[in-house]
Amino acid sequence: MSSYYESKDLAKFGDIGKNRKPLWDKFLAWYTEATATEGALTKREKSLIGLAVAHTVQCPYCIDAYTNQCLETGANLDQMTEALHVTAAVRGGASLAHGVQCRNIVEKLTM
Amino acid sequence: MGFEKTLAEQNLHLAPLQVETLQVNVGKLCNQACKHCHVDAGPKRTEMMTRQAVERCLEILAAYPQIKNLDITGGAPELNDHFDVFVREARKLGKHVMVRHNLTVTLDPHPVSGRSMQYLPDFFKEHTVEVISSLPYFQEHETDAQRGHGVFEKSIAAIRRLNEIGYGKEGGRLVLNLVYNPVGAYLPPAQAAIEAQFKEHLAKEHELVFNGLFVITNMPINRFRHFLERAEIYDDYMTKLLNAFNPTAAEGVMCRTLISVGYDGTLYDCDFNQMLEWRVNHGMPNTIWDFDLDKLLSRKIVFGDHCYGCTAGAGSSCGGAVVKAGAETPV
Repeated sequence: MSSYYESKDLAKFGDIGKNRKPLWDKFLAWYTEATATEGALTKREKSLIGLAVAHTVQCPYCIDAYTNQCLETGANLDQMTEALHVTAAVRGGASLAHGVQCRNIVEKLTM
Repeated sequence: MGFEKTLAEQNLHLAPLQVETLQVNVGKLCNQACKHCHVDAGPKRTEMMTRQAVERCLEILAAYPQIKNLDITGGAPELNDHFDVFVREARKLGKHVMVRHNLTVTLDPHPVSGRSMQYLPDFFKEHTVEVISSLPYFQEHETDAQRGHGVFEKSIAAIRRLNEIGYGKEGGRLVLNLVYNPVGAYLPPAQAAIEAQFKEHLAKEHELVFNGLFVITNMPINRFRHFLERAEIYDDYMTKLLNAFNPTAAEGVMCRTLISVGYDGTLYDCDFNQMLEWRVNHGMPNTIWDFDLDKLLSRKIVFGDHCYGCTAGAGSSCGGAVVKAGAETPV
């Protein structure tokens, strides 16, 4: 097998709806409303959040899609890079915050 | 893929509606050489409209009151020696005159004669010309990446000069519209959303104002097509345009209300067909010398796959998006 991920496969995402279509339709309606419309957040802000989450879940399809969506909503590379730093910082911070557990255990076990 | 096939599938018949605008390319000479330029314009180009051809365009404008607008483009159109006469006489005829002004042409000397072009802002004001200027982005990095090193800084200086003499103020008679096009192979944002960002950033960071922002899709022809092919993303870009085909935008395409004139007087359905040298077809008069508006209204517009650029998303025209956000009909 050459690779699990091919960019052209993103176009096949809709094929998931070939089975249990009502579930797909509900997902797609909710997904579109949540990520691709102007609401309390602008579509550009939603795109930057999507980009950050895409890097958190490390999905190549999502990174491709949200990088495009960021550009197509007028975001620039400075803004996109800041979103990635937020991702990295929260992930790093989450690891570090669990240090509290470590410290609690050390406190309990040692004299 | 096939644009005509798509139109047939959608049951769309895009016949000419009127000729409201005569868009005249007065030459390919430009002080800039932008990466995306569909005209392949630059400082070494020599194609220029003659005085005779300018006079003929003025005769056409005088003969047809239904042609309300003269849209002068290039290259940098101001570099044509007959530009001033063209503007002045068209205004005397009562036509609305728009100039595709690249901003930096005011600050650079004429690339051939070396003469100063600093008179342009006052000239525009004197003749109440609508100034339409490309500014790909409100930041230096993106703008210079597309239009060349130093272009952003000069563009800001040129907008400042236009603002100082009254251009760009809301509700004013001196209109300055900016043009956004993507700095790469992606579709432009919604016009209203990116206009708000431009207004906020240019006001906050440079204390500049402008009236409106036209959003234009990059057409997959000439220099931009070469970029797509070099990056091996031509097919991806065409698929993107095709997937975003919008029938409402198609109904409002600019070729239905415009005739494009080449520097040598040849007639085209639009500026993009002009650059591909696809002249008006099917036995129609195809130069300014045999211009006949009634016959031209019965022509069949010449379409190609690049037309997907005008029909993607909210649509694209020389006046920006074709479909307003939330609207079901063309602007």
